[in-house]
Amino acid sequence: MSWPLPDREGHFGRYGGRYVPETLMAPLEDLERAYREAEQDPAFQAELTYYLERYAGRPTPLYFARRLTEKFGGPKVYLKREDLCHTGAHKINNTLGQVLLARRMGKTRVIAETGAGQHGVATATAAALFGLECRVYMGTEDMRRQALNVFRMRLLGAEVTPVEAGSRTLKDAINEAMRDWVTNVDRTHYVLGSALGAHPFPLMVRNFQSVIGREARAQILEAEGRLPDVLLACVGGGSNAIGLFHPFIEDAGVRMIGVEAGGLGIESGKHAARFAAGEPGVLHGTLSYVLQDGDGQIQTTHSVSAGLDYPGVGPEHTYLMEIGRAAYVWVTDEEALQGFRLLAALEGIIPALECAHAIAYASRVASEIARDGILLINLSGRGDKDVDLVSQILSEAAQQEGIRASARG
Amino acid sequence: MIPDIGHLMNRIDRCFRDLRAVRGKALIPFITAGDPDLPTTRELAWAFGEAGADLLELGVPFSDPLADGTTIQRASQRALENGVTLKGVIGLVEQIRARSPIPIVLMSYINPILRMGAHEFATRAGNAGVDGIIVPDLPPEEAQQLQGHCTAAQVHTIFLAAPTSTEGRLRRIAEVSQGYIYYVALKGVTGARESVQFGLEASLARLRRLTDKPIAVGFGISTAAQVSQVAALADGVIVGSAIVDRIEQRGRGPGLVEDVAAFVRALKQATG
Repeated sequence: MSWPLPDREGHFGRYGGRYVPETLMAPLEDLERAYREAEQDPAFQAELTYYLERYAGRPTPLYFARRLTEKFGGPKVYLKREDLCHTGAHKINNTLGQVLLARRMGKTRVIAETGAGQHGVATATAAALFGLECRVYMGTEDMRRQALNVFRMRLLGAEVTPVEAGSRTLKDAINEAMRDWVTNVDRTHYVLGSALGAHPFPLMVRNFQSVIGREARAQILEAEGRLPDVLLACVGGGSNAIGLFHPFIEDAGVRMIGVEAGGLGIESGKHAARFAAGEPGVLHGTLSYVLQDGDGQIQTTHSVSAGLDYPGVGPEHTYLMEIGRAAYVWVTDEEALQGFRLLAALEGIIPALECAHAIAYASRVASEIARDGILLINLSGRGDKDVDLVSQILSEAAQQEGIRASARG
Repeated sequence: MIPDIGHLMNRIDRCFRDLRAVRGKALIPFITAGDPDLPTTRELAWAFGEAGADLLELGVPFSDPLADGTTIQRASQRALENGVTLKGVIGLVEQIRARSPIPIVLMSYINPILRMGAHEFATRAGNAGVDGIIVPDLPPEEAQQLQGHCTAAQVHTIFLAAPTSTEGRLRRIAEVSQGYIYYVALKGVTGARESVQFGLEASLARLRRLTDKPIAVGFGISTAAQVSQVAALADGVIVGSAIVDRIEQRGRGPGLVEDVAAFVRALKQATG
């Protein structure tokens, strides 16, 4: 693979870099050095592979979704089943890598932020596995939406610290995790959960997640003898998307589409569609697209899915967008809920609300792809964590419908 | 005869030059602009000057202040609720300047500056009478463009050095920092602490060997006793959260300016 980015200072074009307090600069340099050494160390790679295979359940299947294909009347739809990973999402690929690295660096404590709770659970799991102390920061709004994951993290021995600041979601949890890190940096590694933040995080998280795309590429070649026409993945911070896209970047014939959270629609202002309504800016250590107001204050976001509810996005996605290599679109909460139900009803798979966004967009993009084409979707997580929330939303919607119906009647 | 070019110097440089001549140490109060409101910040700035503050650091509120502890987070939040913007803070400096020659340093996270545009920011700030900027999330690696524009507008860029900074990093920071070097006294965020970081003397000695630029120390310094301890080691002492705490407690109530100015006067006395 000859994709040369990021450069030595962590830039993808003008994006990325290191915009952090001086206290974190030397630790980030240490982390980069340790990561590059580990990357070249066959013993580290062998250990990581061992845990990915025997513990996390890799490789995950690439599943041909026959009924979804029939429903679309078009391209063959394949699902990369990251939902079958241990802990229920792709997040474990990254946390096993980072926790092994933390242990190698002699850190005894890890911290993490979490939105939907999947990254928090995956970090708590890896920390339990290797006997490290673990603290997870989570916005109180997300704790409400994802109560099951809070309980899982606590069962796994992690301390879950509620964050009351700001919008009480992922952005605020990252602020708080960074404050912890700057205070306890000597013995603590910050397991950042997405391909964002200061260099080397976007590089490191991408590389740990690229196992998704490497497997998918080999699996589709084996199944179909050719590469897919379109890759689809949801984009919050963007780790599952970059993990799928990265091994295909130099396959010019493969279109790559990231799906953002359109919330209640762009006009409503309640969404997390950075590429539709954001501007270049710095958030959490990296220069990328950011939802912000005219004075440079970061805006609050909205999405039915906690994992996509974030005003920034990984810098490599911004670069891929700018050079035209990947496209970014959005779907609304309502469409995502339709995608959620569609996959459950047709394939017997309940997807996480995050990747339900990609399913929803698939129904739109399918008609643009040749009938014998191939559409490969990253099913980044399973939806058990969302079942309560969706049932609430659907019953509220049914009540509303009932009120309207009786008003009509 | 050598002409005195002091009137052409940046106010920060002049301030440290004059202090060094009398072996004095700078007391640098920090407050968040627009907390509790912009007119009160203006009154506080004037009163601090009269109370003996040598420089003033004015915080520009930001929605996600990740280098700050809870005190300054809350102050930022209050200022943002008042609609305070970077433009508004630069306008405030112009008003302060009309009546006070105190050197003024803006402390802003990078995003509001980028949103305004580095060139426009530097020009506006320079014209308003801003003497320096500190950007806590902008290490030297990413600062070249902004520093270039600021230098052209005669606004100093002050960099932070930290206990974790390596020798190589300290060298680079010492080289590029203008006006003074902001030494972060501890690993952590801003906010009052019970005692000054152990080992500060050795850390400052390490930095001194690399530079003769003034060094001001901040983070966690909140009492007169701590100020006098740090003033013995550094060229300047920065006190932020302890002052912001007082502003929070008094709110917009009567006597706020007098009360906080009296605290600043006591801190200044503790420097010498």
